[in-house]
Amino acid sequence: MLITLTNINKLFNQGKHDEFHAIRDISLQIEAGKVTCLKGSSGSGKTTLLSMIGCLSRPTSGRVTLEDEILSGLPERFLTDIRRHTFGFIFQKFNLIQGLSVLENVMLPAYPLGLNHKELKSSAQKLISHFGLDRVLHNPVEWLSGGESQRVAICRALINDPRILIADEPTANLDSWLSQEFMGLIDELRQSGKTILITSHDPVVFDSPIVDRIVEMQDGQVVQN
Amino acid sequence: MIEFIRKQAYLVDFTLSSLLRRKGKNFGLLFVYTLIVFMLASVMLFTHSLKKEAGIILQQSPEIIVQRLVAGRHALIPADYIEKMGRLRGVTSKKARLWGYFYNPVVKANYTVMAPDHLVLTTTEVIIGAGIARTIGLDIGDYFTLRANNDTFSFQVKDILDKHSELVSTDLVLISQKAFRVITGIPEGQFTDIVLSVRNPREVRKVAEKLVQKLPDVRPVLREEILRTYDSIFSWRQGIVFVLLVGALMAFVIFAWDKAPGLSAEEKREIGILKAIGWESGDILRMKFWEGIIISLSAFMLGYLAAYLHVFYSSAVLFEPVLKGWATLYPQFRLVPFIDGLQIATLFFFTIFPYVVATIIPIWKASVTDPDAIMR
Repeated sequence: MLITLTNINKLFNQGKHDEFHAIRDISLQIEAGKVTCLKGSSGSGKTTLLSMIGCLSRPTSGRVTLEDEILSGLPERFLTDIRRHTFGFIFQKFNLIQGLSVLENVMLPAYPLGLNHKELKSSAQKLISHFGLDRVLHNPVEWLSGGESQRVAICRALINDPRILIADEPTANLDSWLSQEFMGLIDELRQSGKTILITSHDPVVFDSPIVDRIVEMQDGQVVQN
Repeated sequence: MIEFIRKQAYLVDFTLSSLLRRKGKNFGLLFVYTLIVFMLASVMLFTHSLKKEAGIILQQSPEIIVQRLVAGRHALIPADYIEKMGRLRGVTSKKARLWGYFYNPVVKANYTVMAPDHLVLTTTEVIIGAGIARTIGLDIGDYFTLRANNDTFSFQVKDILDKHSELVSTDLVLISQKAFRVITGIPEGQFTDIVLSVRNPREVRKVAEKLVQKLPDVRPVLREEILRTYDSIFSWRQGIVFVLLVGALMAFVIFAWDKAPGLSAEEKREIGILKAIGWESGDILRMKFWEGIIISLSAFMLGYLAAYLHVFYSSAVLFEPVLKGWATLYPQFRLVPFIDGLQIATLFFFTIFPYVVATIIPIWKASVTDPDAIMR
């Protein structure tokens, strides 16, 4: 198994009057090279679970394991390294840096690696070109349409060639045609050997033949696997 | 090593683009910061150069000035006091001087008129300071007029004093002893004071004590006392201005704490995004460090340069009345430009350090938080 979750719990505002138990004792395994979809309504805990898998937050209790490495106990420095090399993120609202161009946004995750600028620029351009964004290469991202913004987010997620791609509600801001197009891109990435984790409550995603496995969540628990 | 340099270059590049993305906020910050540095640097440069100038000038002045007192008031001193002093051990020369102040109501300035015995001047010749020449618009060969004793005396300008040290020479008028006695009415054999040169500085106080024992009606004024007085007057004035500026400095620190770290909701989210896509807390701190360096160094250099021009090329027009005190009487003068390393270091410490502390703590707090928590 690529990722194993063991008895994961997540509490927000622990010990305070407004304590909230977002994830309740979830154990789950995610296979390499597959597309897994976390399905569930809003507030079911999909994004919280995804953020723990992607090392964006830590579980209150339980264990996240990447192959043989226990991630949940690692210091921040090591988690950053894993985030940088293992995971690529596509956020619901794309989370592109406003004011920067498409090219700069795509290159951004690679800055801390100190790569040769020419080589980095060239690989970013190749990715951008592959996703049909040549035309807007130097445009600021706030000029882009929703579909274009998402493709930029995909390029950014792929620039460090991660093994696992994490997409949080990727079609939430897209129309059905663009959602279909997105699933096409996901299929392409799956065929290239990437492991893909998607959260969604959009039928276009979880009914897609590309999805290998659906994990249904409700109130912080897995109700169907 | 190359990777490290490249990484820094990327961080600086990103920092510059970040600064440009928030032009309004950063230019506002730069403006306020520059203004603070400008005010502090102006006060420091001005008082320091006044003290320095006074020190340089007094270095060449006599170690002891002997004045005669009558009923506690300064009176003329007879020439035979030089003989009366007798032989004082350590004193290398004794010289009687003739000098005084003349107020010119036209230019509203006080002139220091002296009659040195080492210059050969006829009764109608005068040497004037650069400040007077500039104020009245005189050149060599022109006529300079003094009003005294209900009369007007005209002199032809023979020379203009060197601009090297304007603080004292700027208002100086040098005439012959004969002319001085005519315009002041001081009789032959009487002088304003007597100056003594002492070879060994450690003996100055001892010589002064012996002098008072021999001639109880004289008051010796020591060079070191004058220097100390100058020092304390200018330090006191500088202190007053600094106290006033502390309020401005505090306001700036609060402003920096609030604005500089860029921790609005939007900018916090940006830190979260950067962390999520693989930036370390250290990378974010370094990026913000570069941002701080760019803003603070630019503000420091701009502020210091503006203060330098303000003090040395516009005679510190903003602080002059507070720091000089006697500005209404003294003719305009220009200080000799100089830069003091220790002073720059002090100013650097008092402006850059509070800024860095005020900005780095909130950034550090945000950068060590989980990306998910920041983005939420």
